[in-house]
Amino acid sequence: MAKLIETTPCAGLLPLSIGGVNIHEINLGQVTLVAPYAGGAKATSDALKAAIGVTFPKPNRTNGAGPRAIWCGLDQALIVGGACPDLPQAAVVDHSDAWAVVRIEGAEAEAVLARLVPADLRASVFKRGHTVRTMLVHMNVGITRVGASAFEVMAMRSMAGTLVHDLEQAAKGVAARALI
Amino acid sequence: MRLPCPICGERDRREFYYKGDALALDRPAGDADGGVWDDYLHNRDNLAGVVRELWHHAGGCGAWIVVTRDTVTHEVHGAERVGKAKA
Ligand SMILES: [Zn+2]
Repeated sequence: MAKLIETTPCAGLLPLSIGGVNIHEINLGQVTLVAPYAGGAKATSDALKAAIGVTFPKPNRTNGAGPRAIWCGLDQALIVGGACPDLPQAAVVDHSDAWAVVRIEGAEAEAVLARLVPADLRASVFKRGHTVRTMLVHMNVGITRVGASAFEVMAMRSMAGTLVHDLEQAAKGVAARALI
Repeated sequence: MRLPCPICGERDRREFYYKGDALALDRPAGDADGGVWDDYLHNRDNLAGVVRELWHHAGGCGAWIVVTRDTVTHEVHGAERVGKAKA
């Protein structure tokens, strides 16, 4: 049998350090999409709570710190940082390796994302643990605030190169403006 | 323009895909008269004023919503989820 080599989505592209931001890749490990069936929302949330200690998140929110549940669309959430329990009241799909996930942090992280994203990510309205499904230029992404000046940005794995390119260009732009 | 997604909150117009008059939700019965189907498929009033339109939050939560807005004043009066909305 051939020896297979694991390659992360952003291998060879990250890390980057530009002006006031650092961008590096995050490996979320096992990722599971959970979409409760009609009428199954409460049973699914209760089962998640019992098994991994997090409830199904409300829109624009995440729950948990170890295993996390990240809201990612209408009646959908991603379970990351651990295995997903058996959930008979929900559609459950393995998304491990399906996402490119990067962490962008630093004093200028908000300014960099403001160039790319049409949603309001300022700390006064978008707090730690808040998440948003939005667009980064023309690409669908999920963005979660994970610290005072740190964000996790998720895009489909096939778009890893575009994600890094867009973040890099915006970071260079912000850094250049700071020199004027 | 910003649209009030009932799931996500008020969001930029760039996140939404425009479909057209919410009349599209009011599908006639299969055996309805040809004229009724003609109206449903092809005929739209070109209103100046309050309109009810289908928008898809394609760059957000993925919900289809019905937005009520005024094409004269550009005022957005509200939005509701398809399925919860009356056709
Ligand atoms: Zn939405």
